[in-house]
Amino acid sequence: MIDFEPTPEQKKAIKVAREFAEEQLRPVGRYYDEQEHENPQELIEKMWEKRQEDTLALGLDVTAALRIEELCWGDAGLFLCIPGPGLGGAAIFASGTKEQLTRFLGHFNEGGPKWGAMAMTEPACGSDTSAIATTAVRDGDEWVLNGEKIFVTWGKRAAENDESLVVVWATVDKSAGRAGMKSFVVPAGTPGMRVEKLEKKLGIRASDTATVIFDNCRIPFDNILGNPEVKKLDKSQTKGFKGAMATFDATRPIVAAMAIGVGRAALDFVEEALKNEGIKIRYGTPRQKLTALERDVMEMEAHYKAAKLLTLRALWMMSQFQPNNLESSMAKAKAGLAVTKITQKAVEIMGPLGYSRKHLLEKWMRDGKINDIFEGTGQINMLVTARRVLNYSRDQLK
Amino acid sequence: MISFSPTEEQQMIASMVKEFASDEMRKIYRECDESGEIPDSIIDTAWKMGLISSNIPEDYGGFGGEHSAITASMIVEELAWGDLSMTIHILCPALFSYPILEMGTETQRKKYLPLVCAEKYTAATAALIEPHFGFDPCSLLTSARPDGNEYVINGEKCYVPLAAEADFLLVYAAENGSSQGFIIEKGTKGLEISEREKNMGIKALPTYELSLKNCRVPKENRLGGPKGCDFNRIMNCSRVALSAMAVGVAKAAFEYSRDYAKERIAFGEPIASRQVIAFMLAEIAIEIDATRLMTWEAAWKLDRKEEATKEASLVKAYSDDMAIMVTDRAVQILGGHGYVREHPVELWLRNARGFPTFDGMAMV
Repeated sequence: MIDFEPTPEQKKAIKVAREFAEEQLRPVGRYYDEQEHENPQELIEKMWEKRQEDTLALGLDVTAALRIEELCWGDAGLFLCIPGPGLGGAAIFASGTKEQLTRFLGHFNEGGPKWGAMAMTEPACGSDTSAIATTAVRDGDEWVLNGEKIFVTWGKRAAENDESLVVVWATVDKSAGRAGMKSFVVPAGTPGMRVEKLEKKLGIRASDTATVIFDNCRIPFDNILGNPEVKKLDKSQTKGFKGAMATFDATRPIVAAMAIGVGRAALDFVEEALKNEGIKIRYGTPRQKLTALERDVMEMEAHYKAAKLLTLRALWMMSQFQPNNLESSMAKAKAGLAVTKITQKAVEIMGPLGYSRKHLLEKWMRDGKINDIFEGTGQINMLVTARRVLNYSRDQLK
Repeated sequence: MISFSPTEEQQMIASMVKEFASDEMRKIYRECDESGEIPDSIIDTAWKMGLISSNIPEDYGGFGGEHSAITASMIVEELAWGDLSMTIHILCPALFSYPILEMGTETQRKKYLPLVCAEKYTAATAALIEPHFGFDPCSLLTSARPDGNEYVINGEKCYVPLAAEADFLLVYAAENGSSQGFIIEKGTKGLEISEREKNMGIKALPTYELSLKNCRVPKENRLGGPKGCDFNRIMNCSRVALSAMAVGVAKAAFEYSRDYAKERIAFGEPIASRQVIAFMLAEIAIEIDATRLMTWEAAWKLDRKEEATKEASLVKAYSDDMAIMVTDRAVQILGGHGYVREHPVELWLRNARGFPTFDGMAMV
């Protein structure tokens, strides 16, 4: 039955996340934006504690999306510091064996804070993930990894904190194209894996975005996720690549949920300011009688709602074990664009208050933009959506 | 619990309506648009599905099903996918009967609801829109003034579907500044129905201007009696219905232009294999889905009897824009072929352009 009412547990999760956002994230958001790369150690410990209590656990479901909206309403950069299996975990979930799930994630919640990163992008390949150049060569009971990964979210934390991990995508056979593409789990501190630099960014500055170098980095043979075989003849055997894409089906709506949170923050800011000025948004009034300002705010609200509902649908489908490749991409494309439009419009509406670093609004505009880029740019998500609605292959629609 | 899955019953009804839309409406919609007439036979066939009477309690002659805005949204979407003129025609009696069902007095329900449960289609309608710039449903120029045991109604209305055919009209008028409904029977002195209107779209649907000159109706004909009606809710029901219709029209245009783009060869390959076309279609698909979900959410609020003005008016404005964006692009994708009447997309563009105007012409 169609229903939009969160369960009592979900309502509680929303409330707890909102409180955490208000009390812990909002007050320090500006500081860590200005002090880029400073580690919010105290906050991370608090977040880890909450996570272990399960009040900040972030799965890949509707509840997670509802929580993430609230947390990113608080601060998207600091949200990305929350310890947990993250995108690395999502990759392991998508293509690991049961044994690997236990080995890599079974004890993840114990001990000190840890992170799971996913290293995909390279200097010469971004959206074209099948063109990666990092290699994995088998040497007896080990794989030897060589290559350079950039824009690794949580890269530094995952590569350097005890018991954290980085899932790295590499090719075992360049000539096999996508079929040769596999993912490998590299535990933090593995010799040969090092963080070379941290990016200075437009927004989400509290989040570490790292360049990770693999220089004869050796990992056990059974750290490969999925089937180690390369089946060149059968074109359909591109499980490694498909694993990467299946990960995106799960993570794209999560990124969309982040976008929605930032968009909500900007909308709340604008609406609060208008309220203080005695300006009411008159829902239900004919459009030709509305002010331009009212029309702007209503349009922002509508984009927010559209993005949110598409996101919840994509995650709901996943929880029903329905294929959601199309719906995930739709949600991500819409949410990335929505947050960009909403925050940019909000800065415009608020004028000097919007542009000033005295308020958080300008920061949200910078933070929000990332959601139209990472986990597949808006354009890549449009491309995936287009292929699905046209029933076209990669060759038919490039 | 948040869920996007229609019930089995909803799926069944939707697929029955879809079949009707596909097998019946889609066969003749162009002819109807050109001639301005809808054959009685198709209206009668639709009537037999009991789309309105199934929501009316058995006491009033209906089948006693639960009246759900979500279910109605699904039905409306499928019908509008078939043809918008016919949809408004088929569902026109609901404009009269749903407000009475929800807000009418017991006497009004007993008297009028059985009419829409009759075996044969019986036209009944509602008059809301007024022929002037700046029309606002919440501040109507048509007025209702109490005078003894009667109301005296004065004003002008337009876009009243089936006004000439209907035996009963629900006319909305301002009474002390608030919009209220008044049941007026055909032949009431002072009620004059003008020539049929000529519109850009929904050409197969007869709509009329009408004027009310010192039109007297008994006091008991005020919708809801002394309590009156919840006009805001009526407007929200209309917004949701029109949004669902916009989704249906847009879906029709999307499917047609998508299929065309896959068949049309230019520079040696289907135009759909170019991103400039493919991305238009992707955006269309996203916006249609988003609008449908927003429609369902607003309908869900209505079903829970919650205040839904924000949701309903947001989705209404969003769907107005979406429908015109989608149908315009459909014409654009077909290029010159989209402009000629051999293809349906120009018809859908004309129909979609009307949504911002159609307040009160549909009801869930």
